[in-house]
Amino acid sequence: MSEKIFVKGNEAVAMAAIEAGVRCYFGYPITPQSDIPEYLSRELPKTGGTFIQVESEIGAINMVLGASAAGVRAMTSSSGPGISLKQEGISYMAGSELPGVIVDIMRQGPGLGGIDASQADYFQATRGGGHGGYRIIVLAPDSVQEMYDLTMLAFDLSDIYRMPAMVLADSVIGQMKESIVANSRPETPLPVKDWAVRGRAEGADQNVVKSLKLGDGEMEAFHWAMHARYQELADKESRWEEYQTADAEMIVTAFGSTARIARTAIEGARAEGMKVGLLRPITLFPFPKQAYTALSARCKRFLDIELSTGQMIDDVRLSVARDTDVAFYGRPPGAGSLPTPEELLEQIRKIY
Amino acid sequence: MRHDVFISGYGGQGVLLAGNLLSYAAIHQGMNVSFFPSYGVEKRGGSAMCTIVFSHDETGSPVVGHPSVSILLNQLSFDKYADKVRQGGLCIVNSSLVITGDRELPGIELVQVPMNQLAIDLGDARMVNMVACGAYTARVSALPRQSLDEALKKALPERNHRLIPANIMAIQAGADAAQR
Repeated sequence: MSEKIFVKGNEAVAMAAIEAGVRCYFGYPITPQSDIPEYLSRELPKTGGTFIQVESEIGAINMVLGASAAGVRAMTSSSGPGISLKQEGISYMAGSELPGVIVDIMRQGPGLGGIDASQADYFQATRGGGHGGYRIIVLAPDSVQEMYDLTMLAFDLSDIYRMPAMVLADSVIGQMKESIVANSRPETPLPVKDWAVRGRAEGADQNVVKSLKLGDGEMEAFHWAMHARYQELADKESRWEEYQTADAEMIVTAFGSTARIARTAIEGARAEGMKVGLLRPITLFPFPKQAYTALSARCKRFLDIELSTGQMIDDVRLSVARDTDVAFYGRPPGAGSLPTPEELLEQIRKIY
Repeated sequence: MRHDVFISGYGGQGVLLAGNLLSYAAIHQGMNVSFFPSYGVEKRGGSAMCTIVFSHDETGSPVVGHPSVSILLNQLSFDKYADKVRQGGLCIVNSSLVITGDRELPGIELVQVPMNQLAIDLGDARMVNMVACGAYTARVSALPRQSLDEALKKALPERNHRLIPANIMAIQAGADAAQR
């Protein structure tokens, strides 16, 4: 399909999920992501899929676990308070090596917070979120087109690496409308889910999906295996975008909506003769360290911008060359706290 | 060239529909568009805002600090956002509800259109957002008034297509009133 359609970021997620062959959606409404269940409640049943508005977010994530254990593509979506409730289930999925897609359209927090954009759930998303020491794949779209494309990618990566994958956006990208091309599902080779619990023939081996590992050395071996898988992810699947970095004397780094705003600020900086570039991580886990290492080998000034008091900056500082100056500009979430391109340009001028 | 327009008013004044309409008009003109809404938790009576950026190239930031055009539909929006308009830009005001008083806006052209009155004269105050869009097209040549006719078919659900002729009249009334 090549004709462009004008849709919300949230709708693009839902459309992409259907194109990616999602069979089950379980969720509970919460602003600013309710367009996702709204769309899927209407459209998913038409494709033979199952939509259930569950009694709670905890129920939703555990249904995703169950559907995934049975080998089908399943997803849920929510925002801050709901994503917190889902953490137990995500930890169990990680422990059971189950794929599954979780969409987090971030809003303000902590607690009930508010409905405006935030990036303060970066730590929760990239550090696993629940107990036990695991990571999940985290993808950060900065446009409605990427909401579509990265949702499909989340399903594929999740199946390939057998771990939950999260699409992490905020209310700007979720609520914004743009024209997109609803691309067809990529023909990515996917592993057979021979571990799935689907009932077995007489005499066949029993499949067991569980996170309880009590055997001698079993849990330790699991952790080392997952560690190796995270490393493989970092090597093969790190994704980022560079804009005007070739001759840059200063690098602005930001993800999602903030990167979009920063990009226009960089256009302004270029117009004033300042050689500024943008490094935008697309995968937040794995964090694209290699891009930071390479750029900081020759460019020693970085400015990290986030809609929080600073979380991704930890990963930036761990990734750049030691003699790099990493400055920070943040706008913690709140009504009216979205930075403008003009404001970010002012920050660039200060540091350049 | 990149165009941006900021629309602000009460929830219920049709701010988001106006933004959608201008977005579809820009798409009809072959441009890329970002439409970024922002509104309170209330269904009606709170504040509703949206920013539309359109360009033949990339749209860049969906958030704009100093828009080239602002359409302000109520007093609160005028008081809060009128002076945010970029130097050399336009501030299109619903003079039925906004008292501009002796507010000085140096470097910003103030265009006053009695949007509620024009909409009421045409039979329905709810068309205030259409009058506003018409006023915009009279002043911004990138979106010809006729581009809104096609856009209405996309922006309005099928069941409301019977209202398109009335809306076109409201758009025309806004355009006439804002004509230089």
